[in-house]
Amino acid sequence: MTFTEPLLSVVDLTMTFPGRRRSAPVRAVDGVTFHVAAGETLGLVGESGCGKSTTGRMIVRLLEPTAGSVTYDGRDISHLSQRELKPLRQDLQMVFQDPHSSLNPRQTVARIISDPLLVQGGSAADARKRVAELMELVGLIPEHIDRYPHEFSGGQAQRIGIARALATGPRLVVADEPVSALDVSVQAQIVNLMDRLQRELGLAYLFIAHDLSVVKRVCDRVAVMYLGRIVEIGPKERVYAAPAHPYTRALLSAVPLPDPAAERARERITLHGDLPSPAAPPPGCAFHPRCPKAQEVCRTGTPALRRMEPGAARQVACHFPEAA
Amino acid sequence: MGAPEPVLSVRDLTVTFPTPHGPVRAVDGLGFDVRRGETLGIVGESGSGKSVTSLAVMGLHTGASVSGSISLGGRELTGLPERELNRLRGRKMAMIFQDPLSSLHPYYTVGEQIAEHHRVHFGSGRKAARERAVEALAEVGIPDPRRRAREYPHQFSGGMRQRVMIAMALVCEPDLLLADEPTTALDVTVQAQILELIARVQEERGLAVIMITHDLGVVARVAHEVLVMYGGRAVERADVDTLFAVPAHPYTRGLLDSLPRLDDSDDEPLRAIPGSPPSLLAPAPGCAFAPRCPRLADAPAQERARCETELPLLDGPAGLPQVLDSSPKLSASFEQGGPPCTGGTPMVACHFPAYEGVAP
Repeated sequence: MTFTEPLLSVVDLTMTFPGRRRSAPVRAVDGVTFHVAAGETLGLVGESGCGKSTTGRMIVRLLEPTAGSVTYDGRDISHLSQRELKPLRQDLQMVFQDPHSSLNPRQTVARIISDPLLVQGGSAADARKRVAELMELVGLIPEHIDRYPHEFSGGQAQRIGIARALATGPRLVVADEPVSALDVSVQAQIVNLMDRLQRELGLAYLFIAHDLSVVKRVCDRVAVMYLGRIVEIGPKERVYAAPAHPYTRALLSAVPLPDPAAERARERITLHGDLPSPAAPPPGCAFHPRCPKAQEVCRTGTPALRRMEPGAARQVACHFPEAA
Repeated sequence: MGAPEPVLSVRDLTVTFPTPHGPVRAVDGLGFDVRRGETLGIVGESGSGKSVTSLAVMGLHTGASVSGSISLGGRELTGLPERELNRLRGRKMAMIFQDPLSSLHPYYTVGEQIAEHHRVHFGSGRKAARERAVEALAEVGIPDPRRRAREYPHQFSGGMRQRVMIAMALVCEPDLLLADEPTTALDVTVQAQILELIARVQEERGLAVIMITHDLGVVARVAHEVLVMYGGRAVERADVDTLFAVPAHPYTRGLLDSLPRLDDSDDEPLRAIPGSPPSLLAPAPGCAFAPRCPRLADAPAQERARCETELPLLDGPAGLPQVLDSSPKLSASFEQGGPPCTGGTPMVACHFPAYEGVAP
């Protein structure tokens, strides 16, 4: 494998939100490191409060990280000003979870999709033509260009959100739970659409989701987060076939399979307790209070994200990882 | 095998809402039974009428007209005066909702809220009811129940709140539990805990459970029998093994095919169902699924006309026994001790049902 500069590198990324009044500050993301190559999809999975959305928002710089760096195409963008960010916004786009609340109800589809183009200095006439092309690209009927968001179903509205993200020809799209608000029968349409767009346009995705089955379908590599940290990252085939972190194992075994016979035959690892609050994470390995394998060292030492073996693509942050 | 009397029996249930754009029939001619110790899974997408059904069973519709028959332990509920219903709600049947935080009162401790049920239905004293509330919290696996009973809902995590809801639902020992998307708002590891809890109390008490969900994985895990809804109507009803192994309705089949699966190895595109769920404002005269149906798309014009104009009825279709014999997956799952089907023959509402099995 030849070494190529990744499109996006995130190193030791940290976000600390100040606590309200007397409460302690919340470290939502704590030293996250990964990279995304051009044209690749990295899945970021974890349960609510694990910091996956905050990570995504720092990458598109809707949030400014408190520590660490985001390097896009060789340039550190972690502390750029809004003015300096503006040209970069063509390259870095985002798709949100709830299609209806992320589209302005008082604007037509034409206006919504052309906004990014106009902001970047395009002319109104060109923009309208481009909107029609984009609508066609994402499977909408271009004649609907002057309709309002409420006239579209959830799946169609998400297509509008995707068209808006693609308007400026980005190379990296951060998709934050893009299908979780959609009905099952429509989810598959959007997953297929995102797949096709990636192939046609050479997009890289950071795909943030809690649904492990969806992530498995769309991603090349997957990173599992727990309480602000990555606990395991690696090629999807390896992570899903032989999860090394006990949390990944538990997470995978908790997903209900749509197959009654397999469900009955299955051995499940049920985690006890709830996710601890990120405002007061447990000492040592944050997962130790729920971990079936926890030992003394887990209560005191925070495990670093390490390669499973020298040169291995998979990294895991556990004192006692499962053998690969 | 003589099937025991159902705890709940629903026949020809129809719920119509008046709206400024005309009446909307959210549930249309629905029928099902639930027996002791059994779980009926009701699956469907948003707007399919599954939650409207559960509210109708609980008698919680105020603005809608409800017709048909709902019989709980042999007693007819439709048309029952509010006073009578109040005696049954929480006592004979109880419900848990998707969002436990908005279903709990923020000003009262969880202990008070659970105890209130017991006092209302059994006329028990304050102290005895409190004691019962603490026991109920312990039973649903809340650690340190005596202390937690004195806490307010906001002091509980999402999973713990849902346990509180379950404790509240079970404190008067109902015969029927309606669970409307009880784990949808929860994380997957917490969902597993809650599903296990419901299964455990069901087994201990022989509870009849209706599990309403959009998640086919949850249904596969907990249900004995499954009712698939689409556009306010039942499109298919079968025991869980038959439904997942040889779905007869093209919608059920499409749903199963379109799911990304953990146990899948291929990376082909998902087989999505084109189009979107129907509007109930202007229902088509024929099958609600017709505009999205792949079987229809391939059918000759004459058959197509039938699907577009004639409403298919939920009927026991011919030809299933042969399929059962010829489906190794299904017979294997029965040998593994799959639940016996007490709900009768599988039924499907389709002019052209086919037992083709799901894509491998």
